[in-house]
Amino acid sequence: MSSKILEIKDVKREFIMGTETVRALKGVSFDVNAGEFVTIMGSSGSGKTTLLNMLGCLDKPTEGTYMLDNVNVKELSKDELAKLRNTKIGFVFQAYNLLPRTTALENVELPLLYNPLISSQERRERAIAALQAVKLDGRFDHTPNQLSGGQQQRVAIARALVNEPVMILADEATGNLDTRTSYEIMALMQDLNANGKTIVFVTHEPDIAGFSTRTVMLRDGKVQKDTENVNRRSAKEALASLPESDDY
Amino acid sequence: MKIINLILLAIKALQRNKLRALLTMLGIIIGVASVITMMSIGEGSKQSINNSLSSMGSNMITIMPQSNEPGGARIMGSSFKTLTIKDVEALKKNAPHIAMISPLASSSGQSINAGANWPTTIQGVSPEYLEIRKLSVKDGIVFSDQDVKSSAKVCLLGKTVVDNLFPGGENPLGKVIRFGKIPLQVIGVLTPKGTSNFGQDQDDIIIAPYTTIQKRVLSSIYFSQIYASATKEDDSDAAVDEATVALKATHKIREGQENDFQIRTQAELMTMLNSTSSMMTALLTAVASISLVIGGIGIMNIMYVSVTERTREIGLRMSIGARGIDILLQFLIEAVMISVTGGVIGVVLGISAAIIIPAMLNWPTVISESSIVISFLVCAVTGIFFGYYPALKASGLDPIEALRYE
Repeated sequence: MSSKILEIKDVKREFIMGTETVRALKGVSFDVNAGEFVTIMGSSGSGKTTLLNMLGCLDKPTEGTYMLDNVNVKELSKDELAKLRNTKIGFVFQAYNLLPRTTALENVELPLLYNPLISSQERRERAIAALQAVKLDGRFDHTPNQLSGGQQQRVAIARALVNEPVMILADEATGNLDTRTSYEIMALMQDLNANGKTIVFVTHEPDIAGFSTRTVMLRDGKVQKDTENVNRRSAKEALASLPESDDY
Repeated sequence: MKIINLILLAIKALQRNKLRALLTMLGIIIGVASVITMMSIGEGSKQSINNSLSSMGSNMITIMPQSNEPGGARIMGSSFKTLTIKDVEALKKNAPHIAMISPLASSSGQSINAGANWPTTIQGVSPEYLEIRKLSVKDGIVFSDQDVKSSAKVCLLGKTVVDNLFPGGENPLGKVIRFGKIPLQVIGVLTPKGTSNFGQDQDDIIIAPYTTIQKRVLSSIYFSQIYASATKEDDSDAAVDEATVALKATHKIREGQENDFQIRTQAELMTMLNSTSSMMTALLTAVASISLVIGGIGIMNIMYVSVTERTREIGLRMSIGARGIDILLQFLIEAVMISVTGGVIGVVLGISAAIIIPAMLNWPTVISESSIVISFLVCAVTGIFFGYYPALKASGLDPIEALRYE
């Protein structure tokens, strides 16, 4: 059996807004095993973002337990959370969040800068390897404004890969991209998944969810549906079937 | 993050906004440069006072008459008549730490040579006076003790007097001039000393035996001052104590009664003058320091702007594993970098100013290492102090909100 990367048990998260208590998550439970490609879906207000912040160790649950790679996140201090984010999670954001006027290579190196165990030479080598893995050879010295949206997102994916995390956490990673580029990114994600990377992908597009192995549906702060995808689509094939006229 | 990476990061961030960094630095640059310049001007004037005082003889002791009448109008010291040759003899006998001693009886009047005349001061002294005051004779000889005994009509002339009495440039040696009605033979010319720090022409002087002045000019047995020199500079205080005891005895001053004389050492005078110039320096430095503080506020301002501007970057850095301390250091080092770079430029400008000022304004300046070290440290501390709060603000940001900041 495969090992559990994430274990979420009855997680609740409440926010106090003035005198009112907003219950964003009302008891969410699910596990993610190593090697899975899970999409978390839900309409806005379903608690998707709150769950994502929690999964990304940016926020802690009010109640319930969240185990990431057998570490109980709730017990960690702020600095320990930062270390966990640095070593176990690779973030991919909707808005890419690359540093402006900074080369692709330097952007990818960034997470490793916060890991004092890594020498500058190893940092460079790993950043180059990560950029090659997302097929951005020859763009090392390009700054974000010299790259297309898809390329920027690939730099962001390379940045998420570079610290060899146990999980890649993507937040609407295709939200800013056109269909073709979205599919390209999903193809890349599927490749990474095929090579053993665990991926948690938050999206609101059912189309994108179809590329994953499993879909968790959130609704009103609870898990509504948690289903394995029987008819998993290949992003490469989807890409090939797109009409030519889409490309100009 | 390693400190070297943080420094590289700060350099990169500053390079991205060169003009802004430079303008922010400007406050620090001006502050540091003006502190160093002001301090070097202060130090320079202090040193030139010291030089001119020690050129008068650093172990010199001056004894002046003073009123000991309680109450009533206090009159200028030199108009009291308490010092006589008895005091000089008592000092010679009872003050072993006094090496040389000379009374001074001076008078102002007109000196005349043929058609030329010149108003000047004549000083009646003993031969030791020249040594006490660090004066020397350029041409001719000094009068002797024998001349003193016989109230000889001889004199030494300062350069200014020579220039005015002998406008044709002829040799004054052996010539007879008149001071008032008294004819005096010139036996020597003093080496020029130039203008003193207080703007006094030290060469506008005639020196003669004190007996000559007392008997022939003043018709008085009193001296206006007594000059002495201690055996060593360190012996000044001992010499002053001995002289006080000796003069109290000759003047029959009882216990508890005020002295009718006062004794000043050169060291005291030096401290007095230095305290004045120190105060000026402190004042100037305080004004200059204000600009340093303003520079610091400029840094704080720009760092706040920078933190706000880079909120998303901070959020991203946190989400990929930067700890609060990493963010704090990143911004703190940036601030310190601005202030230290400004400090270095300021030091260079300050030193250049301290070198140029003597050439242009003829003010003496002395660059003290301490002023450089202090102002440099101050600007480093300024950077830390004013950079800390913006950096703290950055490190305290919530990564979730920072990431979504527009």
